[in-house]
Amino acid sequence: MSKKSASVWTSIPFWRRSAAWVTGVATVLLIWLTFDTMGQISMGSDEDLKNGITKRIPAASVINYHIDYQFDDKRGHEVPVIGEKETFFGKEWSAEEAAKLLHLGKLTSQAKNCMNCHTLLGNGAYYAPDLTKAWLDPKWNDGTMTGITGKASKEEAMAEFLMHPSQYPTHARMMPNLGITKEEAVALVAFLKHMSAIDTNGFPRNFSQSAKRLEGGTHAH
Amino acid sequence: MLINGQLKYESQKLAMNYFRVALVLFGAQLLMGLIAAIQFLYPGFLFELFDFSVARMVHINALVVWMLYAMIGSVYYMIPDETGHEAVGIALGKLAFWILTAAVAVVVLVYIFIQVGSGSESTIWFINEGREYLEAPRWADIGIVAVVLVFYYNVFFTYLKSEKKTGIMTVMVANLFALAGLYLCGMFFTDNISMDQYWWWWVIHLWVEATWEVFVGTLAAYALIKILDAKREIVEMWLWIEVLMLFGSGILGLGHHYFWIGTPEYWWEIGALFSALEPVPLVAMFVHVLYDWGKEQGHAEAGGAGTAVKNSPAMAWIASNAFGNFLGAGIWGFFHTLPQVNIYTHGTQFTAAHGHLAFFGAYATILIGMMYLGVQGAYGIKKMTMTFKTKMSLFLIIFGVLGMAVALTIAGYEQVLVERADLGGGWDAFFIAQELPWYVQAQAWRLVMGIVTLVGFVYLAWDLLTIGQEVSQKESESVAAAA
Repeated sequence: MSKKSASVWTSIPFWRRSAAWVTGVATVLLIWLTFDTMGQISMGSDEDLKNGITKRIPAASVINYHIDYQFDDKRGHEVPVIGEKETFFGKEWSAEEAAKLLHLGKLTSQAKNCMNCHTLLGNGAYYAPDLTKAWLDPKWNDGTMTGITGKASKEEAMAEFLMHPSQYPTHARMMPNLGITKEEAVALVAFLKHMSAIDTNGFPRNFSQSAKRLEGGTHAH
Repeated sequence: MLINGQLKYESQKLAMNYFRVALVLFGAQLLMGLIAAIQFLYPGFLFELFDFSVARMVHINALVVWMLYAMIGSVYYMIPDETGHEAVGIALGKLAFWILTAAVAVVVLVYIFIQVGSGSESTIWFINEGREYLEAPRWADIGIVAVVLVFYYNVFFTYLKSEKKTGIMTVMVANLFALAGLYLCGMFFTDNISMDQYWWWWVIHLWVEATWEVFVGTLAAYALIKILDAKREIVEMWLWIEVLMLFGSGILGLGHHYFWIGTPEYWWEIGALFSALEPVPLVAMFVHVLYDWGKEQGHAEAGGAGTAVKNSPAMAWIASNAFGNFLGAGIWGFFHTLPQVNIYTHGTQFTAAHGHLAFFGAYATILIGMMYLGVQGAYGIKKMTMTFKTKMSLFLIIFGVLGMAVALTIAGYEQVLVERADLGGGWDAFFIAQELPWYVQAQAWRLVMGIVTLVGFVYLAWDLLTIGQEVSQKESESVAAAA
């Protein structure tokens, strides 16, 4: 068979060459698409935010702005909407401060192994809620968690919860105490707020729609 | 599995060492899975002592590492058969084995006893990197790269030395280069979570849906020749066709991980199209294994030789691989690969169901088969038959994993409808779905089936440790009786 093939379909060199070509073309295409994607997912700048230029991944200083997640008719799903300026932990953070904070937050998210219980952008483990839009979760906005933690703002409530999660149980399944310091907790909240501003093509879909129906308690508790 | 007695080559003896550690880590993987499964039902179990995140991290790391061990073992085992030579740098290879094993032990001990660190670079360097599957701290990453370089040196230069370069070895050498190189894509830190996950998927996806699959194709080709005396030309031609189809679909199939992580919309179409094609080569691999089996069996019967299979435990696991790969990776993957479906299934137990069935069907099965081939060689057995323990382990493990996958699929289905479609996700939606009876029942069945799997593993380990002695004794008795 290998010496004189009856047909090209039973020829090893033919299939070897085809395999090499197909693999090569697929690889080149992937690399080309990667270059394009790298441009689109590199972080925007503080200037972009000031000028209202929308980036898929905004600069860290997006923590100084109000973030919403609204249905976009043209795209057919929800998109993050960056609104007016708002304080974050009672102040406005400079571009450098915000970048430093995000750096610490991302590092902490890895050091505390968040991904092995939660999902981030939908990836991780399925033991705890997805954190992609956690900043926008009604639980932090409807007075539930600010009430339980006794904090005035949602960022302070989030930081307090992260530092002592098992002191504020909401379900039998609790988050364990991971020894998160105040500084790390603030940074983690910044990391979460930044993540909620990422354009995820509408994931999760209909996010927060449940909240309106569930306001005032749910039957599951 | 305890002795290397009949093996002529040092490379194959080294392979047995890799298989032994792989088996231990496989057991560790199942124990950790058991803890995590219990925690889903009884969240107070080991709370703030050995939390779900720790059990789950060790569960998936033990999985990846035992598979890499068994893969390296398989390659060291086939090198002399395929090249006709001892591995060129065998002394270095042995040293690398002990270094790797010591490093793995340290990493696991740190995972278990230190668990998490402060939010600093030193945690990422010395405790864990906190990126699913790639949790190994950076020092260990660098160690792994060094060990893999030694391994690759052995594979590559032994291949160069061989007079006749077989198709199987050619694919192996090229594929391992890509497989090893891809690991480097996971070795950096960035503040940008989207960028992080973009490259993270290069490692995870291009491993399990491209290079690992080609690796399995290569192992299956080698095993079919070894077990059935399948004709090399046919096997190798199929191997090239599989490479074509696996890389043709799998490389751009990477796009199905780029639907929702901040990456542009064009990945919807690219990911959907190419990943929808991913099951095609898996059907082909299944057909190919059954075809060769039937053909060689027909020849054997025509020649009055009885069975064509020289190692029936290995053949059973390889046939399970052929079907399990198609079912777990192909069907269960296709379930949720289109963006229209994936927007609801992404990040639910659907993924866990697919993960369990695919890692088992595509990889665990064939690697167990390779361990049986190793045992056959180590005891110099001509025709290895199944024992009662072989049959029990096959039945219990396959039944257990299938049961877990079905249970998790039901849990995922409920999660998709209630948490995602109905309630739209979020904290409350998540817990409402988690607490509904359908979900809880599914998790209970998962635990039961996990225990079934664990019992099957005990039979497997017991069988691998004793089958060589048992069958070789029987074989020599029957030779003595005939004389």
